[in-house]
Amino acid sequence: MISGAEIMVRCLQEEGVTITFGYPGAVICPFYDYLFQSDIKHVLVRSEQNAAHAASGFARTSGKAGVCIATSGPGATNLITGIATAYMDSIPLIAITGQVNSELLGRDVFQEADITGACEPFTKHSYLVKHTEDLPRVFKEAFHIATTGRPGPVLIDVPVDVQNRTLDTFAYPEKVEIPGYKPKVQGHAMQIKKAIEAIAAAKRPVICCGGGVVLAGAREEMVAFARNSAIPVVSTMMGFGVIPQDSELYLGMIGSHGKSFANRVMHEADVILLCGARVGDRAVTAPSVLQANAKIIHIDIDPAEIGKNMMVDIPLVGDIKLALGEMAKQVSPCQCDDWVQTVRQYKKDYVLRGEPRTDFVEPRQFVRDLSAMMEEEAILTADVGQNQIWAANNFNVKEGRFLTSGGMGTMGYAIPAAMGAKLAKPHRQVVAICGDGSFQMAMCELATVCQNQVNIKMIIMRNRRLGMVREVQSNQFGSRYIATILDGDPDFVRLVEAYGIQAAFATSNEQAKAFAKEMLQSDKPYVLVCDVDPDTPSI
Amino acid sequence: MKYTLSILVENQPGVLSKVSGLFSRRGFNIDSLAVGETENPDVSRITIVVDGDEYIVEQVEKQLNKLVNVIKVKNLTELGNFLSAELAMIKVNCPQKQRPEIMSIAQLTGAKVVNVSPTAITLELADTPENVQTFTDLLHPYGIKESVYTGTIALEKGAGTVQK
Repeated sequence: MISGAEIMVRCLQEEGVTITFGYPGAVICPFYDYLFQSDIKHVLVRSEQNAAHAASGFARTSGKAGVCIATSGPGATNLITGIATAYMDSIPLIAITGQVNSELLGRDVFQEADITGACEPFTKHSYLVKHTEDLPRVFKEAFHIATTGRPGPVLIDVPVDVQNRTLDTFAYPEKVEIPGYKPKVQGHAMQIKKAIEAIAAAKRPVICCGGGVVLAGAREEMVAFARNSAIPVVSTMMGFGVIPQDSELYLGMIGSHGKSFANRVMHEADVILLCGARVGDRAVTAPSVLQANAKIIHIDIDPAEIGKNMMVDIPLVGDIKLALGEMAKQVSPCQCDDWVQTVRQYKKDYVLRGEPRTDFVEPRQFVRDLSAMMEEEAILTADVGQNQIWAANNFNVKEGRFLTSGGMGTMGYAIPAAMGAKLAKPHRQVVAICGDGSFQMAMCELATVCQNQVNIKMIIMRNRRLGMVREVQSNQFGSRYIATILDGDPDFVRLVEAYGIQAAFATSNEQAKAFAKEMLQSDKPYVLVCDVDPDTPSI
Repeated sequence: MKYTLSILVENQPGVLSKVSGLFSRRGFNIDSLAVGETENPDVSRITIVVDGDEYIVEQVEKQLNKLVNVIKVKNLTELGNFLSAELAMIKVNCPQKQRPEIMSIAQLTGAKVVNVSPTAITLELADTPENVQTFTDLLHPYGIKESVYTGTIALEKGAGTVQK
C-alpha cells in the first residue's frame, strides 16, 4: 500500500529532485511526513514567497526545475508573488500546495483558498488533483510542461485526503501524452535562410540578446554567432551576461535604464536580430520607431511573443540553441566596417559615471570594484530598485551569472534567489545586492541563511530611501517625497549580528572595497552595509 | 470585425475558466461563447466570436494555443467557408389581438411557437446569426419580455474538420 503523500515524494525522486524550499501547514503534513523519510533536502524559509524565489534561484543556476511547497490558504496565497515573478521571467518552477479535504472544497473552510483559480494568470499550467490515481501522471506532466518549450511555473494543488488515500502500487509514467502541448523546437529552415540573407544584406545590423538565450542554454551558440557574424550585440536585462562583457562588440544593456549608446545603436540599426527577447516596455520603449527603421528578425520558442509587442519581418519559431547554432554555421562576417567603427566609437566615448567618494560609498564605482574582485564563475543576484540598475550597468559578468527579477520587478528577490543559487552550486561565489528597502522585504531569510549555513554574501546599499521611486518623485512630481523615506531603518549591522552573521558598515569606497575583500574571503555568510548618498542617480 | 474561432479543448473541469479568463486578462472582447461536448467525450468544442482587428485575433489564437488544455484552434472567418447557427428563445408581450401579427412573423422567419399564455408568447428560432438578429428586430416593437441566445456555433463546410 502506498499513500498519495508517498507517491508525491516518489514522483519528486523520479524527477531527480534533491532539494525543495517550503513552509509547512496542516494540510500538507502528510507530504512532509514522507519528505522527512526521504533523501530530499528541505529548506525551511521564513515566508512562502521566498520559497518560490529560492526555487527560482536554484532553477536558474542548476538548469532544473525548482520545487517550492506551501500549505493551503495563506501559505498558498503567499506563494503567488513568487510564482508570478517566475512566470514573468519564464523560470521552470513546480509549486506544490496542500489543499483542504476535497469533499469540503468550496465551503470556505479554515485555510481554504482557490489557489489554482488565483494563480491562473501567473502559471504556465495548474492542477487541482482530485484523485490519488492521477498524481503520477500530474507530476510527470507538470515537470515536462515546466521545463520544456518556454519554461514557466506549474502549480499542483493536492487536497489532504488525496495525500492520505492509499493505492496498491506506484508506477511513474515513462512518457507524457498531452494532446494540446507540443512545443515547436526546430526552427524552419526557410526562415533561417531568410534571416541569414537579411543579415548578409544589412548595413547596420545589431543582435539583441534576451533572456530566452539563457533559458535555452544557448550561450555558446550566441557567442559563436556573434563572433562569426562580427555584428554588435546589445542585451536586455534578462539577457545580460550571455556575451562576456569585455567582448569588443558587446555594448551592454538597452532600455530605459540601460546604456544610452546601446539604445542609440538599436535606433540606428537597419536589421535587428531579436533573440529570445519579448520586447518588454522597459527594454524597448518605442517599438514602433525601431520597426519603422529596421528589418526585424525575431527568434523565439513562444510563437505568441512574435508580433506581440513589435511587428516582425522574419519570424523564426523554435529553440534558440538550435536556430542560433545553425545560423552560426551559415553566417559570414558582416561587410559593414563603417557601422562597426561607429559603434566602437560610441562605446569608447561612453564614460561610466560614479567616481569614488570618501564621504559615502559611490554605489556604481563600488559595483565595479566588487566585480573586479569576484571570481570568474561568480553569481550576482540583484534586487529591484536603484540597486538593480547600479548592478546591471556596472557588473562585469565573466563566466558567471546575473540573476534578477526582470519582468515582474519583485523587491526582495535577491536574497532568497541567492540562497537557491548557492544551494545549486555550492562551490560558486554568490553575492546578493539589495537596497535597504528590498532588504527589509526579505530579511527574515537571514534565519534561513543561518539555519542552513548558506554561505552567501549580502550587500545593502543603504540610502534610507526608496531610491527608484524617489527618483520618479524628483523628476515628475516636484520632489514631493511621500512614502519613500525609510527613517525607521534599524542599525543593520546590529540586526545582522543578532543572527550571528558577520556584518560591516562602510562609509567610503575605500572602506567598502576593503570590507568586500574580507567578505569574499570569508567562508561564512556576510552582510556589508554601504552608506549611500540618497541623491545618487540610477544611471 | 468579427471573427469566429473554433477551439477543441480537453473536456476537463476548469478548462472553460482558463479560456474565458484569458480573454478578460488580455483585454479581448468576446461577442459570444458556446461550449459543448464533441463526438469524442474527452474533447469539448468551444465556438467563440471575437470582436477585434487582425492583430487582436492573431494574439487570441496564439494565446489560446499556449493553453495546455487547448488541442486545436481554427479561425473559421479567415478560412471563409463555414456554417454558423444560433438558437434564440424570445418571450414577447402578446395580448390576444396581436397574436395573428406575431404568428405571421413566426411563419415568415420559420420560428416555432413553444409556449403561449393569455398575455405572452414564446418563440424559438434556430438559424444563422444574421437571421436570428432580424427575427429579434422584428419582435422588438411588441415588447420583448425576456430573451436567451445560445451564442454562435459554427462548422466548416465540406469534408474539412477543425483537426485538419
